[in-house]
Amino acid sequence: MSGYVSRFERRQGTVEPLGEQGRTVSAAATEAVSIELRRVEQSFGQNRVLRGIDLDVPAGQFLAIVGKSGCGKSTLLRLLVGLDRPAAGSLRFADRSGNTVEANARIVFQEPRLLPWARVVDNVAVGLGQVIDKDTARVKALMALDDVQLTDKADQWPARLSGGQRQRVALARSLVSRPGLLVFDEPLGALDALTRITMQELVSRVWRELGFTAVLVTHDVSEAVHLADRVIVLDGGKVALDLEIPTEHPRRHGDPDLAVVERRLLDAILG
Amino acid sequence: MTAYDVASDRPRQRRSWVLPALPARRIRLEWLLPYAVPIVLVLVWQLFSSLGWISTRIMPAPTDVAAAFVEQLLSGALLHNVAVSGARALAGLIVGGTIGLLLGITNGVSKLSEQLTDTSLQMLRTIPHLAMIPLVILWFGIGEESKLFLTSLGVLFPVYLNTFHGVRNVDRELIEMGRIYGMSGWTLFRKVILPGALPSIFVGLRYALGIMWLTLIVSESIAASSGIGHMANQAREFMMTDVVVLSLLIYAALGKLADVIARALERNALSWNPVYQK
Ligand SMILES: Nc1ncnc2c1ncn2[C@@H]1O[C@H](COP(=O)(O)OP(=O)(O)O)[C@@H](O)[C@H]1O
Ligand SMILES: [Mg+2]
Repeated sequence: MSGYVSRFERRQGTVEPLGEQGRTVSAAATEAVSIELRRVEQSFGQNRVLRGIDLDVPAGQFLAIVGKSGCGKSTLLRLLVGLDRPAAGSLRFADRSGNTVEANARIVFQEPRLLPWARVVDNVAVGLGQVIDKDTARVKALMALDDVQLTDKADQWPARLSGGQRQRVALARSLVSRPGLLVFDEPLGALDALTRITMQELVSRVWRELGFTAVLVTHDVSEAVHLADRVIVLDGGKVALDLEIPTEHPRRHGDPDLAVVERRLLDAILG
Repeated sequence: MTAYDVASDRPRQRRSWVLPALPARRIRLEWLLPYAVPIVLVLVWQLFSSLGWISTRIMPAPTDVAAAFVEQLLSGALLHNVAVSGARALAGLIVGGTIGLLLGITNGVSKLSEQLTDTSLQMLRTIPHLAMIPLVILWFGIGEESKLFLTSLGVLFPVYLNTFHGVRNVDRELIEMGRIYGMSGWTLFRKVILPGALPSIFVGLRYALGIMWLTLIVSESIAASSGIGHMANQAREFMMTDVVVLSLLIYAALGKLADVIARALERNALSWNPVYQK
């Protein structure tokens, strides 16, 4: 948790442990899950995309997946959030005490996929899924918007937002149900360089604050190294490299230790 | 935060520095300019009529048309005929529009329904509906049914085609997003598919309004005993060119009114769309 001070606390001028100021409820509802993949395979016709993935992700870890375009990263993510079923192999989620659970999994795509005809706050409320009364939904949505620092845009139309702001709304929508697993498919790929950096800090901050398990697919190796506890390289339908990155969060851009890791990953990807 | 606000503020800024640059008098002139040609034409028309250069049997003077308007208004005939035509138009729009909308939605959502009915509808569409007037008169006579049938038929196809197209072209990724967040069936339709198809449905509606008036004008002129078309046709028999021209103007006004209403509805329903945000 080192270094993180919520906006609310900053305004108050006090630095207290998280969860002391009305965030307890939302944070406590998060139950990070661990992921266990065994010999997972997926193919599209003759195209065998995943050829036996074995992977254990501890609850609360930030895992990044990198690899060449078309190597099956998105395919793997779709399996994780239950959008598709694997052709073979097994997939299991467990809570911190090891009991098998349903992962409350959410996905953030490269495109924000906001409903243009719903105001920002209503777009976030879409993430609540089940029908609850309007006032509760709004309160929860506003809390999630606060997580991404966009409460002031709550009643705007999405068309009025910048690309970075739209992606923050998409992030809030995925956070509002307090997921145990949050999966990102190149979420910052469409943003300009400066907005990307701001967004990376934001993703890192909400992950540290809310403690979900995170799986990030990115084509930007330095982004992977900057955000993740661990990076895997996908190649030929298998995990080709699996690297832990022990450097403490939050990380500084341009850290020499991270540059070394980045070099190794690039070598592995480019072969 | 400031870096993000730039995009949203830009349109407002642009307006605020373009308008004040123009002096107030020039703005008023700019508004009047588009109407200058019609106004001059009417004045010239009036002048030529007063000088006797245009026969009133070919074209009545603007003042004659105005007089006919007052006369028809006072006798109550005008309001009666407008009401009759308006009611017919509305009935045709509701019947044809509802059928077109429902068919468009059903075929847009269901592949089976599309395969079952789309080809038949496309075949029917190739028949010009006004060419059916003789047949329709044989079926229904010149009663209300014939007008209702023809306007409904005319309205049906543009509404159907555009609704179908709109539903089919709703962003796949948004539908997938909806499903991820647990939407299905009616909820998915109400929150994603229908709003996504709405811009296209409005295009269909505005097309349909044009066809609606056209169908009504033709069928009222040929087969009716009331309504504006009938009024014009009767006036022709008595060589009352002023009433004929008045009828034309009233049709034009009704058409314009319907379009204005449709545009207002559209702007209201699509206020989320940047095109309608001023
Ligand atoms: N729905 C699908 N149908 C057929 N082929 C697919 C489908 N989804 C992905 N593929 C193929 O699987 C491979 C991996 O795709 P993907 O997982 O999207 O790659 P990436 O690592 O770039 O995200 C590609 O060759 C792609 O063409
Ligand atoms: Mg991909």
